[in-house]
Amino acid sequence: MSDGYILQMNNITKTFPGVKALSDVTLNVSEASIHAICGENGAGKSTLMKVLSGVYPYGSYDGEIVFQGKKMTFKNIKDSERAGIVIIHQELTMIPELSVTENIFMGNEIVEKGLINWEKERKITRELLEKVGLHIDPNTIIKNLGVGQQQLVEIAKALSKNVKVLILDEPTSSLNESDSENLLHLMLGLKKQGITCIMISHKLNEIAAVSDYVTVIRDGKTVDGYAVEAGKVDENKIIRAMVGREIENRYPEHTPKIGEVILEVSGWCVEDAKVPGKMLCKDSTFYVRAGEIAGFAGLMGAGRTELMRSLFGKNMGIFRSGTMKIGGREVRINSVREAIKNKIAYVPEDRKGLGLNLLDSIRKTVVSANLDVIKTKGLLDFDKEKAVSEKYKDSLKIKCRDVGVGVSTLSGGNQQKVVLSKWMFPEPDILILDEPTRGIDVGAKYEIYKLIHELADQGKAIILVSSELPELLGMADRIYTIFEGRITGEIPAEEANQEMLMKKMTITA
Amino acid sequence: MKYIKKVLGEDLRQYTMVVALAALIIIFNIASGGKMVTSSNFQNLISGNAYVLVLALGMLMVIVIGQIDLSVGSVAGFSSMVMAITARQFNLPWYVAILIALIIGMIAGAWQGFFLSRLGIPGFITTLGGMMIFRGGVIWISNSISVPVPSELKWFGAGYLPEWGPAFTGMNNSTLLLGIIAIAVYAISQIKKFTHSGDVTGKKEEFWPFAVRIGIVTIVVGYATWLFGSGRPGTSFPIPGLILMILIILYYLITERTSFGRHVYAVGGNKSAAELSGVNVKRTYFLTMLNMSVLAAVAGILFVGRSTAAGTADGTSWEMDAIASVFIGGAAVSGGVGTVIATMVGGLVMAVLNNGLMLMGVGADKTQVIKGFVLLAAVAFDVYNKKNRG
Repeated sequence: MSDGYILQMNNITKTFPGVKALSDVTLNVSEASIHAICGENGAGKSTLMKVLSGVYPYGSYDGEIVFQGKKMTFKNIKDSERAGIVIIHQELTMIPELSVTENIFMGNEIVEKGLINWEKERKITRELLEKVGLHIDPNTIIKNLGVGQQQLVEIAKALSKNVKVLILDEPTSSLNESDSENLLHLMLGLKKQGITCIMISHKLNEIAAVSDYVTVIRDGKTVDGYAVEAGKVDENKIIRAMVGREIENRYPEHTPKIGEVILEVSGWCVEDAKVPGKMLCKDSTFYVRAGEIAGFAGLMGAGRTELMRSLFGKNMGIFRSGTMKIGGREVRINSVREAIKNKIAYVPEDRKGLGLNLLDSIRKTVVSANLDVIKTKGLLDFDKEKAVSEKYKDSLKIKCRDVGVGVSTLSGGNQQKVVLSKWMFPEPDILILDEPTRGIDVGAKYEIYKLIHELADQGKAIILVSSELPELLGMADRIYTIFEGRITGEIPAEEANQEMLMKKMTITA
Repeated sequence: MKYIKKVLGEDLRQYTMVVALAALIIIFNIASGGKMVTSSNFQNLISGNAYVLVLALGMLMVIVIGQIDLSVGSVAGFSSMVMAITARQFNLPWYVAILIALIIGMIAGAWQGFFLSRLGIPGFITTLGGMMIFRGGVIWISNSISVPVPSELKWFGAGYLPEWGPAFTGMNNSTLLLGIIAIAVYAISQIKKFTHSGDVTGKKEEFWPFAVRIGIVTIVVGYATWLFGSGRPGTSFPIPGLILMILIILYYLITERTSFGRHVYAVGGNKSAAELSGVNVKRTYFLTMLNMSVLAAVAGILFVGRSTAAGTADGTSWEMDAIASVFIGGAAVSGGVGTVIATMVGGLVMAVLNNGLMLMGVGADKTQVIKGFVLLAAVAFDVYNKKNRG
């Protein structure tokens, strides 16, 4: 072993036609440590991990990988897994219809005389699940597990392959706070057992909590790397290194101009369409004023998204009771179309799954929620469509070659700007933003925050749903907390702090 | 290359099938000793294949929403058989007969649309059921005997544009007029496009690519006009071709320039996102299936008009030709992708293959084999291209 490093990636350079994705990147990982890699979206983190795990085979990049003192030449993922390097992707790769056991042994089945030995597989699965702290039956079907549990099963699967270096790509991006904490705890446990973890993450507080060493990558180059002491990380230093510029405020300054109450919801109750008797929203009552940003804090599964989608034309669950007033007048909205007509807009949390048609171009997407406006004599007018999309491209600084290009070619931040344009175009009075900055890099986040402020200043009532408490504290004027479908608190932002919000998000009363 | 792109647009890939079509026509013309590019053969080609292309128009939208309709042949056969029987029994005039066929198509479409949109049963299943139900229905109500249709319907299936005006033009004047209108409409739309080209960006495009485009269209349409118009006396551009052209324009407008068209692509591309954008997904499903069956009835009318009687086997395996046309035209099985024009080119490739192989005396058995390979090759080529781009 050289210098106590279990893994060294030396001078890695990877070029795609026309783009240098990585240039001269060096990564040194000590044995039994937690090594964090951070960087903006598109900085090259994922590419580096793909080089490491053999997705990009040996020979397609320059530089060398030294693992446990030996030079490695991985030709595919199987090679790297055999050596003990396992990657867990951001999007989970479990097969939903199969059991935990079947998933863990997928491609590695224990076969005796041509048949699978289920007893043995189940026994090993039980042991593995024990190791990751998951107390479930190995026969459980994956789709019946929560995302957090699925992730633990992924880790159990990695353990079954005798993993030495575990790479976690944005492991907590789809987890709620308690599952995230659980996962970070598990990583510390794995470290004690001698397993090295490489964690790619946007969440600086998580990096601060568990990592021993941070490497920052920017524009395909290693820009900074230093050892950290758990619990003592200068977050601003990491942010500076990531974006290469000083961000004085992660949230822009803003003085709200608050007006009349626009949206008033009272006694809103929604039942789960799939689980009879289970209430998604219980007696929710709240209001939002013009020019105000009302934050909604709640853990995933608390019913934030369910409440918002129910308000947006009864799009989720079965509506049971409740009233909704817009500008003092009671309205009954039963479809998304009617919601749009009543000047409500909803930007969903799942950008690719719910916000965009990835086959469409920017121009088609921008006008898609308000087609009637771009018609001339009853037919869609392409000139108007182009003019509208050019306007939003300029005002939101959407980086693209042309508004005719497909939205699938854009980065996450630019895609989100396109979705925001789509919902700004119908000129809503009430704008519901569900996790508007998820998976977006720091620079683009700042731009979106500024945009939200502008929209508020235009007198729109804004609902900001977020699972990042600092974001709510930095952006919202008033914060509601939700727990198990019930609104458990209403706090003016200047009086709120993270501990207090978290308490209301986890305990009723 | 730069100049070609200026004339045809950035995405040259969409012209591969057009080039393939032109190549096929030329190759068959040489191989058959000049029997391909003649007035009578082209007239036959159009009137003999119009019904498949009409089906393909509806099938395109069905495939774009991510569904499939296997029942179109049976619906076409059933609606024209009901039409033939009622018209004969009650001695109805031809226009009532046509109305009956269209209503039957509409009912069949509503039936299948109901199962898809309200009960969520996939189109593959509902229309597989429909395929059997309506095929059985045809045989049942007709007692397995062909029924003649009102003679006026022949005009729809095998008629020609009327003859009029001076003889010095040397061709059928209706066809000539049609050709002139087509060229004029295209030229005007291009000139309009040119004059408006600077409106948004403030940068006017060059004029010459517009001129070249108008020139190319004038030559192609002009040649086609002459070809169709200069056949033996009494023949000209076929009526089913005219009906097809009107439908192509109509469906081009529906798919590209209406909200409903956008909704069709939106539902096919991402159903959940479409729903959250205010699209009524169920309504879109329903109307698309309804529309398909109405077009199936139109196809049935064109076909029985040509054969003068409704037969019990009419429509058998038409769905396969329609589906093949759509996929040769580059549509995606997963939905969301496909255009009217590309589908028509795809359908013409199939039609030219059929026709050309027949002219060369290749048997129906071998023709079938060749068509199968062409379908596979076209889709494989498309998939390969997309992979290399992305």
